[in-house]
Amino acid sequence: MLDIKNLHVALEEEDKQILKGVDLSVESGAVHAIMGPNGSGKSTLSYVLSGRDGYEVTEGSVTLEGADVLELEPEERAAAGLFLAFQYPVEIPGVGNMTFLRTALNAQKKARGEDEVSAADFLKLIRAKAKELQIDADMLKRPVNVGFSGGEKKRNEILQMAVLEPKMCILDETDSGLDVDAMKLVSNGVNALRDAGRAFLVITHYQRLLDHIRPDVVHIMADGRIVKSGGPELALEVEKNGYHDILAEVA
Amino acid sequence: MALPQAKTDATEERLAGLSLPAAGGWGTAAREDALGRLRSMGLPQRRDEYWKYTRPDTLVQADPPAAALFEAKDESPVFGAHDRLKVVFVDGVFDAEASDDLAMAGLEVERLSDAMAADIHWARDVYGVLEARGQSPVARPFAAMNTAFATDGLCLRATGRAEKPVSLIYLHRDETSDATLHHVIKIEAGADLTVLENGPAAARFNKCMEVEVADGGAFHHVRTQGRDHERRAVTHIFARLGREASFKSFTLTANGVLTRNECVVEFCGDDAIAHVAGAAVGDGDFHHDDTVFVTHDAVNCESRQVFKKVLRNGATGVFQGKILVKDGAQKTDGYQISQALLLDDDSQFYAKPELEIYADDVACSHGSTTGAIDDEALFYLRSRGVERTDAQDLLVLAFLAEALEEIEDEGIAEDLTARLERWLKRRRR
Repeated sequence: MLDIKNLHVALEEEDKQILKGVDLSVESGAVHAIMGPNGSGKSTLSYVLSGRDGYEVTEGSVTLEGADVLELEPEERAAAGLFLAFQYPVEIPGVGNMTFLRTALNAQKKARGEDEVSAADFLKLIRAKAKELQIDADMLKRPVNVGFSGGEKKRNEILQMAVLEPKMCILDETDSGLDVDAMKLVSNGVNALRDAGRAFLVITHYQRLLDHIRPDVVHIMADGRIVKSGGPELALEVEKNGYHDILAEVA
Repeated sequence: MALPQAKTDATEERLAGLSLPAAGGWGTAAREDALGRLRSMGLPQRRDEYWKYTRPDTLVQADPPAAALFEAKDESPVFGAHDRLKVVFVDGVFDAEASDDLAMAGLEVERLSDAMAADIHWARDVYGVLEARGQSPVARPFAAMNTAFATDGLCLRATGRAEKPVSLIYLHRDETSDATLHHVIKIEAGADLTVLENGPAAARFNKCMEVEVADGGAFHHVRTQGRDHERRAVTHIFARLGREASFKSFTLTANGVLTRNECVVEFCGDDAIAHVAGAAVGDGDFHHDDTVFVTHDAVNCESRQVFKKVLRNGATGVFQGKILVKDGAQKTDGYQISQALLLDDDSQFYAKPELEIYADDVACSHGSTTGAIDDEALFYLRSRGVERTDAQDLLVLAFLAEALEEIEDEGIAEDLTARLERWLKRRRR
């Protein structure tokens, strides 16, 4: 599904290398987790994948189902099936949550040459998805993320994911700022989307989220590289001993 | 204080080419008084503080610069879907043929000239009276000039709930027309009237509207100015509000090389409300000035000023807004926000928000911002699949939404929003 090869990324504004040769392959149907200490480049990886400005790819490639991702505009990446659940979802005053979601869904469908969803069908769709995530009608009507609590914002990200049905879902510290109940809700939302035709890349600091969203593969990232990969047990090791031992071992 | 000689000379030079229209009745005195006011204040010049951000030259000069005629073939008429009483003016002259029958339940409608000829008339107590009150503490010479020289206009008196809105349609047919219209509106106690205005009116348009709202009366006003690019306009609204009166005015402006809209509101009775709002979008050679002055001289009144501007390709926006709370006007709730969204580095916004408060138990707030499209929001929308241009338009409309929400009629609000959306779409490259 997603193939990252020898990816080097620098900040555009200051000549600073953040990613120094990331290699990663996520196959269809799988859930991969990336863990790592602060400043290791986890969030940068998620931003570069989604096409945010300010980063320069100096070397390497990223493909989604064989197609070059780095050439595409952010909206083209979305239409191609890439989705980033933001660590800090953005507030957009004046744009209703429903309008936003319907605009996004229809824009993607249009880009893929599919028929747009009618207002009535969309309403049915969103009501069903929102119910699963315990998002009430009021939250759907309010402007995007404005006045939402931390937990509501993260649930709203998962709602977008559920409606847009992307192939490749990247979750950037979706667990940050969530209490236990909200984490369960969000995890259930994610698990409901697990499918043979869909892959996940879950970026997190803590093993806790991975109790709910069980990964197939866990990667440890440090200083702009994947330094170790393994099964779910690797996450438990981090939880128990911190990153120190692992980093010392690969150094 | 004597005026500077240069100002007096410029004013006299302009007046030399004009003569007061024959009015008869009380109109003659009203016009002569206004001419006296105009002479004592003089026409504005570039260095006048109140005209610091807007050049008055083309409004003062004897002949207006020609303005090419424009017909919006790609749009249906504004307010066309609304059940309304149509009153048409062509280059500032009433067109009876094109207008509806002016008889309507709950409303008296008369032409200004007819009202002036009548011996005793309610309009006499309003015409030029509210304008004269509005000349202090800041002079508004074009309004005095309007009262003196207005060639046409309507007198509307609402005695009950008017059956439908009065829709004033200003057509522009002559490239060099110079029109001066003056409307007088009286909302009697408990009465309710909506006035809609649209159209460019003339190459140069000086319009004045005096609105007296008696106790418990309600006046609603929605106006559109656009899309003619070359027109120039200076307009004034003077409103005086009685106890529990309600005054709501919204203006949508798209294009126009020069527009100055002044709105002067005075609270004279307790528990009244006034909302003045505007959304303006400009591209290139566009200059739009909203100048608002709200005086609280009564207890527990609420005023809101909400003005939003979207500017691109070197367009200029101006906001001068003042809330004056007089001694004793306790429990005043005053709010004022003026914001501009600049879509490039060439456009500019000048804002002069002012509060002057002499009462000690009031809640007044004001804010003014100038900014660009929020990159974070733009990226967020794009990351969900919305194309850059669509995402930008969505954010522009979201920015204008707070002003458009001031329109009470949902149908009109939706229609104007859709027009704005099309205006933005036409500007894509």
